[in-house]
Amino acid sequence: MQTFDYVAAQTVDEAVSLLASKGDQARVLAGGTDLIVQLREGRRQLETVVDVKKIPEANVLSYDAQNGLHLGAAVPCHRIYNDPVISKTYPGLMDAFTLIGGIQIQGRASVGGNLCNSSPAADSTPTLIAHRTMCVIAGPSGQREVAAEQFCTAPGRNVLENGEFLLSLRVPAPPKNFGAHYLRFIPRNEMDIAVVGVGSSLVLGDDNSTVTDARISLGAVAPTPLLAVEAAAALVGKPISDDTIAAAASAAAGIARPIDDMRGTIQQRIHLTGVLTRRTLQGALSRARGES
Amino acid sequence: MAEATAAYKVIGTRPVRPDGADKVTGRAIYGADMRLTGMLHGKMLRSPHAHARIKSIDTSKAKALPGVRAVVTAHDMPKAEDRMANLGEMAVNVKHLSNNALAYDKVLYRGHAVAAVAATNVHIAEEAVGLIEVDYEVLPAAIDVLDAMKDDAPILHEDLKATELGQQTDKVSNVVNHFQFKLGEPGTGFEEADVVIEREFDTATVHQGYIEPHNATAMWNEEGHLSVWTSTQGAFVVQRQVAEVLGISVSQVSVTPCEIGGGFGGKISVYLEPVAAVLSRQTGRPVKIVMSRIEEFEGTGPTPASHIKVKIGATNDGRIVAAEAALMYEAGAFPGSPVTAGAMCIFSPYAIPNMQVDGYDVVVNKPKTAAYRAPGATNAAFASETIIDEIAEQLGMDPLEIRRLNGAKEGDRQVHGPTYPRIGYLETVHAALEHEHYQSPLTGPNRGRGVASGFWFNVGFQSTVVINVNSDGTVSLVEGSTDIGGTRASIAMQAAETLGIPYEDVKPTVAGTDGVGYTDVTGGSRTTFATGYAAYEASQDVIRQMRERAAERWNRESEEGDSAAQLAADDVSYSDGVFRCAKDPSKTMTFKEMADMMPRTGGPITGRATSQPRGVGGAFATHVVDVEVDPDTGKVSVLRYTATQDVGTAIHPSYVEGQIQGGAVQGIGWALNEEFVYNKDGSMVNASFLDYRMPTTLDLPMIDTVLVEVPNPGHPYGVRGVGEVPIVPPPAALANAIYRATGKRMKNLPMSPTYILSQLEQE
Repeated sequence: MQTFDYVAAQTVDEAVSLLASKGDQARVLAGGTDLIVQLREGRRQLETVVDVKKIPEANVLSYDAQNGLHLGAAVPCHRIYNDPVISKTYPGLMDAFTLIGGIQIQGRASVGGNLCNSSPAADSTPTLIAHRTMCVIAGPSGQREVAAEQFCTAPGRNVLENGEFLLSLRVPAPPKNFGAHYLRFIPRNEMDIAVVGVGSSLVLGDDNSTVTDARISLGAVAPTPLLAVEAAAALVGKPISDDTIAAAASAAAGIARPIDDMRGTIQQRIHLTGVLTRRTLQGALSRARGES
Repeated sequence: MAEATAAYKVIGTRPVRPDGADKVTGRAIYGADMRLTGMLHGKMLRSPHAHARIKSIDTSKAKALPGVRAVVTAHDMPKAEDRMANLGEMAVNVKHLSNNALAYDKVLYRGHAVAAVAATNVHIAEEAVGLIEVDYEVLPAAIDVLDAMKDDAPILHEDLKATELGQQTDKVSNVVNHFQFKLGEPGTGFEEADVVIEREFDTATVHQGYIEPHNATAMWNEEGHLSVWTSTQGAFVVQRQVAEVLGISVSQVSVTPCEIGGGFGGKISVYLEPVAAVLSRQTGRPVKIVMSRIEEFEGTGPTPASHIKVKIGATNDGRIVAAEAALMYEAGAFPGSPVTAGAMCIFSPYAIPNMQVDGYDVVVNKPKTAAYRAPGATNAAFASETIIDEIAEQLGMDPLEIRRLNGAKEGDRQVHGPTYPRIGYLETVHAALEHEHYQSPLTGPNRGRGVASGFWFNVGFQSTVVINVNSDGTVSLVEGSTDIGGTRASIAMQAAETLGIPYEDVKPTVAGTDGVGYTDVTGGSRTTFATGYAAYEASQDVIRQMRERAAERWNRESEEGDSAAQLAADDVSYSDGVFRCAKDPSKTMTFKEMADMMPRTGGPITGRATSQPRGVGGAFATHVVDVEVDPDTGKVSVLRYTATQDVGTAIHPSYVEGQIQGGAVQGIGWALNEEFVYNKDGSMVNASFLDYRMPTTLDLPMIDTVLVEVPNPGHPYGVRGVGEVPIVPPPAALANAIYRATGKRMKNLPMSPTYILSQLEQE
């Protein structure tokens, strides 16, 4: 492996100034489950690795019914799903956080890092989008917030500018009659990259049937995770039914624009987008109705 | 589950393996654990192209990097001779072996080694590899077996003349060998048939996927003696290959086999050993090279992709009357695919009066293939066993019944000629039919049950065993067979049974080329059979010597007292650890007493034996599997799996069951998801365990095993080869189950969700 400097930043300002001075020769390390592998395989050349795990704001993990979930960008998956209140409140997030990599990977890997790696197939991103997550970014000119669906710009690329890093994520508290679900398709049952991943959320009206809000996000079918507005439009304002779910699934498949690669074909991915949209909506509905 | 029978005291029990504790506590020494004083670290430069001519290599920048001690290319190796060397389980062309270790004038696959660096640490070596400049003339590549067979295909070896039905021709072709086996008159046979089914199949390249990467540490000392430490299936085979490639005598090479983290046939050929040796000679230091997983996939020997045509005909009453097959196997960059074995095995479970099998060995721009557990047989059985299933379906017969009706037994002939001795194929079919799994109905949508059978050989070859009797009545057993699947235990158990002492009193050691007589590889399902045979003979040698000494001892005692008739060894019997005088029941001596008295009865006792047994016991397996196929995604869930196998006598039933379970799991992986995915340039794009999808524990049910024990008459304890055949039936059994779940006949491996979904969408 190449040699590089390792700096464990203690404060937000220290990290920002290091990143600003080194430009693209520096990169943030949280769990390191992507970065170290990229360095070892020579896929990325760096002078400096900036560890953000010592920065208190990047390690926050809190929830209350007013402010929702505040999730530090360096918090590893296992801390999140082992928190009984958070894991019970956000089963749609846990669907993804409990299947990233494997048990060992989840001991290190952070949700923030999964987002910053900006893979179109990242497991946590579609469900973050379905949950209306906001990304808190620290930089030379202070903090700014970006919606999760706006964060990724291309495979491996995102909105972070020189000197900026992802500090934390804010996930709204689930409204009444909310349900969310994430599913991915992989040929095996673990240790794999999503061929397609879909995160869906629903909010039902007091009749427990009319959809008042819906968010459907698609992974691995475009250069970035997509927010399928067209699919949500097929549901909102209507009583939920197999027909409206089928219409949403069809709309989601309609906006998928995947590639052929060793993990799947274009045709297969478009087909699976419809299948997983249907299945995640059924799962979200069941949760919204408190059935599971 | 077999249990110890009354006939045996040790055989059939399930003791703990001697090497277990050190392995699970991390104390066992594997190849990558080697650390020698002054040791350098080596790294290989590998070709980015599937096919290219090497115009020049500039190593000057790499050599100038501080910490770099040597950079070598094929020109630093002796010019390799174009001749065959016999390596026991296989014969190899020395030039091909050498050129595969370091490419000479052409690179023939992506990942082909081109140069090597030795440096003070592995990071510097890696950096130096990046500084080597190679000027390539990129050539068109032949990636797929059918493309490579075309007349206008790019030719890999301009100097290689094709062999056609045993005759060398003048034709330069990627089809380096075409052979044929024939029995009876297939043409006439098919005329008799009421049902004839003919189909074509494709299978992908797959890797053994052993967990421990290839490694080699070499030290070429000032006296010109080369020592090698490596993970291998056979130290003597490494010794021979290294000597051949380096142009030195076998006596100049010592090979110490380290513990091995899996081989499955992939750790017989040498890759790194000659290169580490040349680097050591140039630097005067020990040099260690360890492969990464990417190098494993791109630069070692997988088992071949294949295209197979099979035609089988049967009469309305279910008798198979004729069968034909054409097997086209990718050899990889150099000749020598396992197509011959595949051709011998394809119809072996059946007694068919008329058969013809054509085999084609085809070079392609992929890594040189190596053996992989029953090499060649799994591809072949996938094709033949799905057609047998289809014939049974058309005739309205149970798929196991058609196998029972046509199954091979003693006296029947295989397509390549041999007549079977006592075999246990029909017993495996019977065991499957009677099994509670097969008797239980399978219910629920999208589910199906499939069965398939398979055959694999058992080979003898050569083994040596030495047994040294210790003064405390234990014995130290020295053998040359690498222990991959529990053979220290299975060999020690045969020695303990023969010696009449407890298993725990036999201390087995696997020695290197300096420590034991010649022993062939752990391969061909031979070790428990052939090295076990040598252990039996060496034990008999110990007992024979002890009986002589007992007779002499009693004769001396008699001389001191009254004069009795002189005893000979024949007058001493041995059983249950006790020597008894046939003429005087009061005279007895235990094994332990004999051991204790060695200094006073003539000195140390060492039993020795070599074996080259001919009475091999081939093995048959019949597997039953239930699956559920997700109609929306094409994903297969394996619900239940039962493997029946004729195992001869199960020396250590747990390890036999482990072999069956491991083989079945590898077969399931091969069937469902494993494949080398190539892009159009001939580069493998999934060279990692992330994207080369071997099954995980979450992808598998419990593999139930049924040990059918039909002893092999060619072995004193009835041992057959057991380790390889369990990989043969799974792809066909799964294909047949998937058919019953979906109504679609599978013609490709792997039967991945991508493939199955594409089949489901075809109406």
